[in-house]
Amino acid sequence: MPITHSFEYYKPKRLSEAVALLHKHNGTASVLAGGTDLIVWLKENVAAPRALVDIKGIKELAVLELKDGTLRIGARTTFTALIESKIVREKFPVLWEAARTVASVGVRNRATLAGNICSAIPCLDSAPALLVYEAVVVLQGPAGTRRVPITEWFVGLKKTARKPDELVRGIELPLPKKHGGCYVKLGRYAGEDLAQVGLAILAFADNTYRIAHCAVAPTPQRLAGVEAILAGKPLAAALIRKAGARADKDISPIADVRASKEYRQHMAGIMLTRGLKAAAARLAGTGPAYGTSLL
Amino acid sequence: MTKTTIAFKINGATRTVDVEPSDVLIDVLRDKLGIKSPKIGCDRGDCGTCTVLLNGQTVRSCLVLAVEADGGEIVTLEGIGADGLTPLQKAFVAHNSFQCGFCAPGVTLAATELLRKHPHPTRDEIKEAIAGNLCRCTGYTPIIEAIEDAAQTPRKKTTAKKKIS
Repeated sequence: MPITHSFEYYKPKRLSEAVALLHKHNGTASVLAGGTDLIVWLKENVAAPRALVDIKGIKELAVLELKDGTLRIGARTTFTALIESKIVREKFPVLWEAARTVASVGVRNRATLAGNICSAIPCLDSAPALLVYEAVVVLQGPAGTRRVPITEWFVGLKKTARKPDELVRGIELPLPKKHGGCYVKLGRYAGEDLAQVGLAILAFADNTYRIAHCAVAPTPQRLAGVEAILAGKPLAAALIRKAGARADKDISPIADVRASKEYRQHMAGIMLTRGLKAAAARLAGTGPAYGTSLL
Repeated sequence: MTKTTIAFKINGATRTVDVEPSDVLIDVLRDKLGIKSPKIGCDRGDCGTCTVLLNGQTVRSCLVLAVEADGGEIVTLEGIGADGLTPLQKAFVAHNSFQCGFCAPGVTLAATELLRKHPHPTRDEIKEAIAGNLCRCTGYTPIIEAIEDAAQTPRKKTTAKKKIS
């Protein structure tokens, strides 16, 4: 299917140039990173920008480093780069586990983490991990840099806190304390599929927990109710059951081609139960290796 | 809309081609350059039939603009088999891995990339590597077994050479 409308293509080498182009086009330019969502939208006329600003020529956006207690993931960082990063695998294993579930190899070679959160579809696999690691989105606009906590980033279906003349420079994750966790993804089959339900869990030694979802509400969110039930308590079997039974109160799924609302609610509870057990076991060093399916 | 001339290396040869920014790589490869191994299947990145190697990595050429490939290096199935069948391709033949063959170029490139990164992949790694390449004929078993066989090839080759000499 060819793209039926025309646009200008820019590939700036400097961040300031890219921001100037976005500012000049006043909302009619789209940012192009991996293009795995954008090109589909162009083909289907869901997006019809007058200009594309390709950021793959901007060197400073290619960064992926842990420095001074912060992991900096530049906007050009692909999911393949995350998966192949030893730092991500060892220090942020839940992000690593989530990155492996995104689409397929050929898409992950191109698709970026920054692009994923800018597309902001409700089932984006990276969001729960970013929520539990308390990520911050770093934006560059004409007036300077702005930092948005990931909890304030997703403002609606395919809508983010980004202004049209702002560019996502990258995503920052503070280095967390020792933790165990997981990203549990329910698909229709193993292999390439969008999530019906996605849950990320972090468990810390002081019995605090962070839990977040995707695909079961218009925007990915933390499960505040479940977190409150668990806070300060060790993960005994009864408590895990109680949390699992409470999971559907923190979500508002829809029925669609991939699953019914009731199935999503039911599975969210089961996934939370299994996920908490795995997170506790991984914290203790006895759980299944990261990347092992828990379903 | 500005027409631009882009240049990239394709299967070892440098080619220049005039494109519009909205031209998609798969269409340029097939219609302007006559490279027909990448196929148009779903045309939205799900099926993997349009797979090509861009700068050493498999990409969905239906989701890449031709201008994005400017200055890059592309390898398609035509380039993979230029000097005769690779051990992987021989294994596909031996296992009768494909029936209609529509998915074969994409599967071959995906498996080629896998074996470059992981010369001895597990069965799960093989399945994950080709999870984005849909085959509606075979049920995948002969494809997976061929890749498993090919992963052993370097050892077999050494023994075979010794026997000849």
